[in-house]
Amino acid sequence: MTPLLDVQNLRVSYTARSGQCLTALANVSFALQPGETLGVLGESGSGKSTLAVALLRLLPANGRIERGALHFEGQDLLRTAPRELEKIRGGRLALIFQEPSLALHPAIRVADQIGDVIAAHKSFARRAVREQARQILAAVFPTEAERIADSYPHQLSGGQRARVLIAQAISCGPSLIVADEPTAALDPETQQEILTLFRALRQKFNLSMIWITHNPLLLEGFADRVLILYAGRVVEKGTTSSVLSSPRHPYTQALLRCLPPRIEEGVASHKEYLPAIPGESIVSAAASEGCRCLFEPRCAERMVVCTEREPEMVQLSSTHGASCFKHAG
Amino acid sequence: MEPLIRAENVVKRYKSGGAFGSRQEVRALAGVTFSILPRTTLAVVGPSGSGKSTLALCLACLEPVSSGQIWFERREVTALDAKQQRALRPSIQMVFQDPANSLNPRMSALELVSEPLNIQNRFDKRERRDRAYDLLQRVGLPREKAAQRSDEFSGGQRQRIAIARALALEPKLLILDEALSALDCSVQAQVANLLIELQASLGLTYLFISHDLAMAAHLADEIAVMERGQIVEMGAAGSVVNMPQHAVTRRLLLAAPGVSNAALEPQAV
Repeated sequence: MTPLLDVQNLRVSYTARSGQCLTALANVSFALQPGETLGVLGESGSGKSTLAVALLRLLPANGRIERGALHFEGQDLLRTAPRELEKIRGGRLALIFQEPSLALHPAIRVADQIGDVIAAHKSFARRAVREQARQILAAVFPTEAERIADSYPHQLSGGQRARVLIAQAISCGPSLIVADEPTAALDPETQQEILTLFRALRQKFNLSMIWITHNPLLLEGFADRVLILYAGRVVEKGTTSSVLSSPRHPYTQALLRCLPPRIEEGVASHKEYLPAIPGESIVSAAASEGCRCLFEPRCAERMVVCTEREPEMVQLSSTHGASCFKHAG
Repeated sequence: MEPLIRAENVVKRYKSGGAFGSRQEVRALAGVTFSILPRTTLAVVGPSGSGKSTLALCLACLEPVSSGQIWFERREVTALDAKQQRALRPSIQMVFQDPANSLNPRMSALELVSEPLNIQNRFDKRERRDRAYDLLQRVGLPREKAAQRSDEFSGGQRQRIAIARALALEPKLLILDEALSALDCSVQAQVANLLIELQASLGLTYLFISHDLAMAAHLADEIAVMERGQIVEMGAAGSVVNMPQHAVTRRLLLAAPGVSNAALEPQAV
């Protein structure tokens, strides 16, 4: 089956004002099948947001895809003309940003903001645009669609604004949605509501999703597979259950270990020191290339070879891989 | 043991302006009663709008209460005049969620931590600087970075600066309002460890407001669950999490990321 999205050896860099070239993503490869949800887990500096904008060819002026292949629905996005890309963005491939209040125009009513997206991609008459917007809002707001339609963003709660962004994203029937921390600004109950909404929508519209987050717990029971990013590299990938219950890369293991004890395990002892990962996450952009494993300085299992060259992805099973020398031959 | 801080029936009303002059009254706090023992941590959890942050502001004397009493170290704070309340400020300090908003990006770490000392005019210049360096070291920031501007630090480092700054005046009570929420998971663990260490070494008392129930349960001795301006459940952290009594508590536990529904059967009370 042709993957819906096929990313091969993607390398993205930025040119800083000083002229220095900084690598944000290196050697990123993955494939996404139709109807699949891929979770991308990464902390600050991991390159996760760069990945989101790179997939949509929305890198800022000082950023560039240096190397690699990017195919969406069989089309080579790296060789697609800008005008064609504009049709794809929003139409076939949508992006949901983290901050709803930044992504919504404060002085335009919700229905019109959704209508604008539809009008940009479909040559419907005005009435048809309004009708489509109304239907999308009804899918996303089961009980209060009418009221929301006429509201301005500032009249909505955080959760409602998040839903409006989702409505915008699905308004033209895309096959893939890239969501960059869409629930980060929301409290847990609202977060759960939004996750439930996504589950319903992806089933109803057969959506594929790339869900970017820094919280591993949000991926359980939601993403089919996960990609773990560290300093712009994919350090581990596999099915969600496999990676989260049996992590094989020292970074993934350390990250999951430093979470506070899970609530359902009961509160046995508290105020104990968590096994935090020592040191700071390196700013991936400043990393040197190919010379060593970028996690090595913080790694509990580091070896000499880790300072000599970068590890490559090792397939540990058909559904699980990790980039670490301890698994290499 | 005497509580460090005690609140009794605290009410806080806000007038929210409506259109065409209709003013509605909102009771952000609708009669809150609790106490915190010294050197312990009380976590306050609850849905958005339940009044957690309002409670923090009232306890920190940053907002006057509408009615009710607050005692700090046996003094009735709510009966003091503004000047007397201000004198209490050093003893109760706050750390907020977003260090990017609460720290001046142009000031260096050293300047930010020295500022409270400068404002309060304590100690001579040399001693203030020494104390500031000491505080930065305590929170794990190396001396070489002290002169860096705060916006050149990572989120976790900035939160450490915010904590160091809050400690400058040697407070007894630290109110942490979602202080870990904006941080990456691995950084949360580091800062949580720092908080535990500081509590032990400095004898601090914490009020820890959080949406993250797992972290709250991990750090707290007691948990208070708020809803609509009231505390609906309060008790030892283990009891509240393992045997929740109130529907709101159960709802919050169910909504926590990663919680499997099977783990929370309805309790027969």
